Amino acid sequence: MRPDRVMSLCWESRVSILIVRGISKSFGSAPVLSNIDLDIDEGEIVSLLGPSGCGKSTLLRIIAGLESADSGAIEIAGREITRLEPGARNIAMVFQNLALYPHLTGRQNIALPLRVRQMSRWQRIFSSLRLSAAVRAIERDIEATVDDLAARLAITEAIDRLPGRLSGGQRQRVAIGKALVRDSRLLLLDEPLSSLDAKLRIQARDEILQIQRSFGISCVFVTHDQDEALAISDRVAVMLGGGIAQFDTPAAIYRNPSSLNVARFVGTPTINCLEGIVEQQGRVRVGDHLFDARLAQPAGSAVTVAIRPEHVRVGDGHDQPGTSLRVVRVEDHGHDGLVHLAAADQAGVSFVARTGQPVVLRPGDEVRVAIEAHDALFFGASGTRLESAPVRMADYAHG
Amino acid sequence: MLMAETRAGQGSPRLAPYLMVAPAAALLLILVLAPLALVVATAFTDWHLGAGGAAFVGLQTFEALIADPDFQAAAWNTVRYVALVVPVTCLAGLAAALLIVECRRGQAFYRMIFFLPSVATLAAMAVAWQMLLSPSVGAVPQLLRALGLAPTNWLQDPGTALPTLALIGIWSEAGFAMLFFLAGMKTAPRELYEAAALDGCGNFLDRLWHVTLPHLAPITAFVLVFSSIHALRVFDTVAIITRGGPEKSTLVALYFIYQEAFSLFRTNLAAAATVLFIAVVLLFSLLQLRIARAQGDR
Repeated sequence: MRPDRVMSLCWESRVSILIVRGISKSFGSAPVLSNIDLDIDEGEIVSLLGPSGCGKSTLLRIIAGLESADSGAIEIAGREITRLEPGARNIAMVFQNLALYPHLTGRQNIALPLRVRQMSRWQRIFSSLRLSAAVRAIERDIEATVDDLAARLAITEAIDRLPGRLSGGQRQRVAIGKALVRDSRLLLLDEPLSSLDAKLRIQARDEILQIQRSFGISCVFVTHDQDEALAISDRVAVMLGGGIAQFDTPAAIYRNPSSLNVARFVGTPTINCLEGIVEQQGRVRVGDHLFDARLAQPAGSAVTVAIRPEHVRVGDGHDQPGTSLRVVRVEDHGHDGLVHLAAADQAGVSFVARTGQPVVLRPGDEVRVAIEAHDALFFGASGTRLESAPVRMADYAHG
Repeated sequence: MLMAETRAGQGSPRLAPYLMVAPAAALLLILVLAPLALVVATAFTDWHLGAGGAAFVGLQTFEALIADPDFQAAAWNTVRYVALVVPVTCLAGLAAALLIVECRRGQAFYRMIFFLPSVATLAAMAVAWQMLLSPSVGAVPQLLRALGLAPTNWLQDPGTALPTLALIGIWSEAGFAMLFFLAGMKTAPRELYEAAALDGCGNFLDRLWHVTLPHLAPITAFVLVFSSIHALRVFDTVAIITRGGPEKSTLVALYFIYQEAFSLFRTNLAAAATVLFIAVVLLFSLLQLRIARAQGDR
């Protein structure tokens, strides 16, 4: 967590830069967004994370003014902007394909928003002729601003080239420069990294983060890549089916998902899910296991038990307690190991365990699996999270 | 598969591509290249249609041609015609394309309406225009008279005959230009328009200036060259409506060549003029090729 954010949390004086209230949108009869609420603090990076079709890009476009909402209101820096034109919202946006003007150099691209603001249309068209002293003064002013920005973005040497002659990283920085040059309070990024290859992507995302920090601008970042979202965000809004399923810090979303859908969507490999039945005192039975949870659910109700792969302890040999499972497949990543497991009488993979060490197991091995009750997450039939009060280590030696 | 068959059957596989090209190459040779060679050869002789033998006269024919006042008039009229038709065709095509793109409904209908003149046979349309513009019974002069104007006989006035033919040329060509511009606009990235809106360039003129026109620049270059070549080849309207008159004010390159060859039977002069004409068209085609290559590099 960023220091200034910690500070602002302590002082309880967070300033919302963006407030979204009750935004709904449907295309034809198909609802895309339903009743979205979102508050983003000054200087914060927030990701809108979700699978394709969840409405995250539509929400971003509504914030930018490129799409109109059916209902709801948007406020930026205390100003109601729901009905304003995109150009009047003082929002910066970096598009998926960066959307640089291909016939203008990097410098001209960055300068264009300033020229639009400071000159009339005729001045703009004839500004290269430097006809009047006023235009010359504005041009000098803009040039100085662009030079300054280019230096801060470390693209001084590349800025006079056409976008087609820039490298992917330089293009991206020019696009960010074009977005930042207007002193906007809010930067919207629509999957700006999705066109880069994996290695470049991580580098570019660090650059975005660094630029964001040094300019202190608030960001809304749309992505379908959870690693990206969890890596760069102060907070992540997980969007599923046209709504915000959870809006929290990356760690909280991973450890403390509010619903089964969030738990399933976040985390690679996908969280393990088992069907269980609530027994006496809120304990949960899954097959032979009895999770020593304390759910408030009445006995007999069905629950889903979800366990992150890293919480599945795999022990070889028969001396340990736990259920016996068969190893189906092993992935040894060097730094990480994944063991795919199935019940001895089943063919398909039903369970994935993450071992923090090199894997010595081989397909076909019999292993014993243990899960501690306080690592398990419980969800009701509708997918809502059920709070449990774990009392002590579970006893897996039962039955 | 074909290669495999050739290899399994007879002959060397290296021959196969040549065999496949051969029919088209033969046709090209017989119908285009051989006549062209004959024309070029004729241009350097004193041969007239019906004359017995031909003698090589070097550049004499070209010298006579360039000194010919009719040729000078034809060259100058052709330049004027191209200069009138090409810019207006491009602008009209662009304007039509912009209007059609802005249409929410009926895009296909308007596209068809504007493109119709381009697919119609120009010779037939020339007759139709002749009747429309006919000073006594034509619809256009009558309409103008009804509006209280005094139309003159444009096609009989040496000052207005060529511009009138140019208007007909624009009418028949603008649809093509429109189609190219429409195709170009279809490929303009939507994100660029959205970025322009966020930059404060959201209104029609700014969008046109910052996104649409730069995007259409390569296509515009192509349309300019393409319609120049078309305008250079103006013949149908001249041959049907004015026959080069009045006072040779509509005598254009192809009509001059036609007259020299088939009315006056000065075949060598016609051949020399044809050689010059082909050279100019070739120059424009090279220009078009250059532009296409430059676009490929971008």
